[in-house]
Amino acid sequence: MSLADRSTFKRRLDSLGVTVSEGPARACAELVDDAAGDPAVGVPLARGDDESEPAASLPDRVDTDPTTADLRAAHTGVTGASLGVAEYGSVAVEADRAGTEPVSLFVDRHVVVLREADLVPDMPDAFAWLGPRARDESVDVVFATGPSATADMGGLVHGAHGPKEVHVVLLRDDDGADAGGETADGDIATESEATADE
Amino acid sequence: MSSDAETTGRTESADRTAKADRIRELMATEGDAVAENTRGFNEGRYESTGRLDDYETLKGEARGIKEDAIARLPELIDQVTETVEANGGTVYLADDAADANRYVTELAAEERDADRLIKSKSMTTEEIEVNDALEAAGVEVVETDLGEWVLQLADEAPSHIVAPAIHKSREAISELFAERFDLADPPETAEELTMFARERLGELVEDADVGMTGANFIAADSGTMLLVTSEGNARKTVTATDTHVAVAGVEKLVPTVEDFAPFVELIGRSGTGQDVTSYISTLTPPVDSPMPDFENDADPLADDSADDRDFHLVLIDNGRLAMREDEELKETLYCIRCSACSNACGNFQSVGGHAFGGETYSGGIATGWETGIEGLDVAAEFNDLCTGCSRCVPACPVEIDIPWINTVVRDRINRGDVDAGQTDWLFEELIPDEEPAGIDLSTRLVGNYETLAKWGSRTAPVANRLANVGPLRAVAERVAGIDRRRELPGFASEPLVDWFDARGGAAVPPADATREAVLYPDTATNYADVDRGKAAVRALEALGVHVRIPDLPGSGRPPLSQGMVSTAKAAAEDAYGGLAPHVDAGRDVVVIEPSDLAMFRSEYEKFLPERSAERLADASYDVMEYVFGLLENGGDPAGLRAPTAGTGPVAAGTRIAYHPHCQARTIGVGEHATAVMERLGYDVRVSDTECCGMAGSFGYKTDYYELSMDVGEPLREQFGETDRTVVAAGTSCTEQLDALLGSAPMHPIELIAPRE
Repeated sequence: MSLADRSTFKRRLDSLGVTVSEGPARACAELVDDAAGDPAVGVPLARGDDESEPAASLPDRVDTDPTTADLRAAHTGVTGASLGVAEYGSVAVEADRAGTEPVSLFVDRHVVVLREADLVPDMPDAFAWLGPRARDESVDVVFATGPSATADMGGLVHGAHGPKEVHVVLLRDDDGADAGGETADGDIATESEATADE
Repeated sequence: MSSDAETTGRTESADRTAKADRIRELMATEGDAVAENTRGFNEGRYESTGRLDDYETLKGEARGIKEDAIARLPELIDQVTETVEANGGTVYLADDAADANRYVTELAAEERDADRLIKSKSMTTEEIEVNDALEAAGVEVVETDLGEWVLQLADEAPSHIVAPAIHKSREAISELFAERFDLADPPETAEELTMFARERLGELVEDADVGMTGANFIAADSGTMLLVTSEGNARKTVTATDTHVAVAGVEKLVPTVEDFAPFVELIGRSGTGQDVTSYISTLTPPVDSPMPDFENDADPLADDSADDRDFHLVLIDNGRLAMREDEELKETLYCIRCSACSNACGNFQSVGGHAFGGETYSGGIATGWETGIEGLDVAAEFNDLCTGCSRCVPACPVEIDIPWINTVVRDRINRGDVDAGQTDWLFEELIPDEEPAGIDLSTRLVGNYETLAKWGSRTAPVANRLANVGPLRAVAERVAGIDRRRELPGFASEPLVDWFDARGGAAVPPADATREAVLYPDTATNYADVDRGKAAVRALEALGVHVRIPDLPGSGRPPLSQGMVSTAKAAAEDAYGGLAPHVDAGRDVVVIEPSDLAMFRSEYEKFLPERSAERLADASYDVMEYVFGLLENGGDPAGLRAPTAGTGPVAAGTRIAYHPHCQARTIGVGEHATAVMERLGYDVRVSDTECCGMAGSFGYKTDYYELSMDVGEPLREQFGETDRTVVAAGTSCTEQLDALLGSAPMHPIELIAPRE
C-alpha cells in the first residue's frame, strides 16, 4: 500500500458515487455509526493479521447476530472487506459462513470496512491474492465496485437488486504505532457527508 | 433467358423483397433504441479503453490465455472435473442441448422437486432453451436480470448479447408492466420501473428452490467461476437457493485463477464502456454463505445451512469441440461475449440483433457461433450483414478476425448452395472466377468487379449510358439484386495505366529521385476514378518520387467481400507476382484505394506464404501515409497545395470535413490524411462514424439499400449542412457520401496535389 494507492482508491470511489470516511482502527465504531442507517445489521469484523493492531469494532446499534427477519428489515448492512483494489475502487467481499454476502447484499446501504493495509494497486495483484486462497481454501469472493446498477429500464439506476448506496470506512494503518497519542492524522476525516443518492 | 433462370431470378427477387421488408420493419420499430444504446456503448468503449495504459498488451495477454486454453481444452475439462468434485460439487459434460436439458430438468424437477428456479442472465442457457424444458417439466422459471425479465414478460428474444432488452424503450416497458400486472397507474421513470422490478423479483427470489447462473470464465485449477454482473441478481440467485446450477460452454475454461485478471479489466470496457461492472463474483462453489431462510425468518442468519448447499456445473459441448477442430471456426471459441463487435458495427447499430443474429447469438461473431452450434443455414440468414468493414477487429478484446470468420462462412454458404438453374451462361465471360457454378448471381457479379470494370472501361460511353437506363436497371434489380435507387459508378474511357504510358511514364527520373514507388493501379482508380490517380502522380512527383504505374491485376478485394475465397487467393497470388519484382528492386508500393491496401497489409497473410505477405505488407503504403512519411523525412510541402492556392473546380477553402475509410482506420492509416492536411494549413473536422454504410457493394444490393442509407445517416447529420469541403478516400465512401450529401467528395490526395 502506498499513498498513491490510497489517493487513487479514494478518487475512484468518488467517481463511483461512493462516500468514504477515514480514521484509525480505534475510531471504527464511530465512523460506522456515522455512516450506517437504521436499522442496521452487520458481521463482526475480523482482526487484522498484525496482533499489535487495535481491534476494530462496530457500534452497539449494529446487530451482529441478526435473524433473516432482521436482515429483511435492515436498511444498512455493515461488513468487512478482505481487500481493496485501488485502480478500480473495488472491495473484495467474502461470501463466508458469518453471512457477509447476504448482509452486504439484501440491504439498501452497504457500509464496508477496509484496512488500508489490505489495499492493493491493481487487478493482477487482486487475482494473485485470490489464486492461492481459491485453490487452498475454496473461498468465494465478490469484487464489488460501487452500488448495484442497471440500465435495463431506459436509464442508469442504482439499486437494481443489491444496495443502492455504498459507504467505505477506510482504516488507516499509520495510526497503529502511536495509538496512545492524538495526532492531526489520527482525527476522523470524513470525505463527504452526502450519501450516494441519485 | 431460360425458363429455369427466369424462375430462379423471381424466387431470389422475392427473397430479397422479404428480407428488405423485415429490415425496414425492424429499423422502424427497434432501430432508434438500438442505435442510441449501441452508439453510447461504443463511445464508452473508446473512452474506457483509452484510460488503460496497456490496452494492447492486455488484449495480447487475453488472446494468449484463450489460445492456450482452447488448445488444452480436453485436459482442462478433466482438471475442472477433479477440482469441482474435490470442492463438493458435481460436473456434467453435456453433448448437446437436449442432454443438458435432460440433466437440469431431472435435477430440478425430480431430485429437488422444485417449484421455482431463478436465473441470472446467461446466453448459453438461451442457446439450449432450458427455460422451455423446465417449464415443460412443471418448474416455474424466473429471469432475475431486469432486461431478461422484461423479455420473459414480453415473450421476446434478446436483441443484444449483453443488454438483451436494448430494443425496448422506457415507454414500451411501462406499457408492458401495465398490461402484465394490470396496473392503472404503471411506473414510468427508469427509477420507478427499476424499483417496481426490484420489489417483484425480490419476492420471487425469497421462496425460490434452485438458482441457475451462467459463468463468464471458469478456472480449471480451483473450480472457481467468475460472473460479471451489475445488478446483484446473480449474487442473490446463488445466495438465496440451496441448489446452484451453473451452465457454461466448455470454452469458458481457463487454466488458472490468475488468468482472470486481464479479462476482468477488458470485458466491461469492451462491452458497455464500464471500467469494471459493479460485481465480479469469483465463486468456488458450493459457496460458504448461510442461506437466509425467508420462511422461518426468526432463526439466526449465520448458521450451518451452507453445509446443505449443492452445486452442479453443467459444461456444454453442443458443437464446440467440433469447432475446435475446425481451423477457421476455432477462433470463435476465444470470444468472451463482451458485445464490442455488435456495438462497433454500423449495420448492427441500425437493425440490432433481431436482424443481425441467429437462433441465439447476434453481431459479427454470431456467424461463428451460429455456424458451429446451429449450422450454415442459420448463419446464412444474417451473414450478409457483415460487410467486412473491419471496425470490430480493433474492438475485440481477444483479437478475433471476425470479418474473416464471416468471409469463410460466406464461402461455405456459396459452395453449399449450388443451384443448377442459375443464369451463369449469360455472364460467363464477365465472371471468370474460380467458384462453383450456381452461386448467387449478385455475389458473382460483384466478386468479378475487376472484369466488369475492364469491360466497362473499354465500352465506356455506351456502358455508362446503358448502365443507368430504366428498363436495364429493372432487369439488373430483378436478376442480380442491384437496387435501382443507386446510381451506378461510371467508367473512364482511358484507364490510368494507359494515361501514364501516354504521358511518357515518370516525370522524375530515378537518378533525381528521393525514392522509387509503384503506384498500384487499383481497379477503382484505374478504370473509374482516374483523376485521383493522376493527382497522386502529381503529388508524389512534386515530392521528388520516381513513380511507375505498371499494369497489375486486382487485389482480390471484391471476390473476398463476397466470400469467394479461392478466387481472392488466386488474385492475391497474381497481384503479388506482379508486385514482387518491384519490391525486390526496393520500390515502395503506394495504394490509393484503402480496401486494396488492407488486402496487402492484412488479408494477404491468409493467402500468401508468410514471408511474402510480410514483405508486401512492409513495402506498401496508403498514399496519404506515404505523403506524410515523405514530409516527415524532409519533403518540401511547398510543392503541395495549401488552402489559399487556386480557385478551380477542385480547389477548396481551408475548412475540410474528412471521413476516414473504415478499413484504413483498422490498419492504422486513417489519420495520416488528417495530419498531412493540417500540416498544409487546412482545418479538418473528422467524422466519428465507424463506417459509411456502403461497404463496397453492400449498399447496391436491393435487400440492403435502405439499411445502407440508414447506417450513413450519422454522416449526413454530421456533414449534411456543412460548408466544409468534404473529402474521403474510399471509392464506396465516395459513392455513399454523394448519395447522402448530394455531391461527390474528392480523395484527400486530390485536395493537396498540385494542379495539372
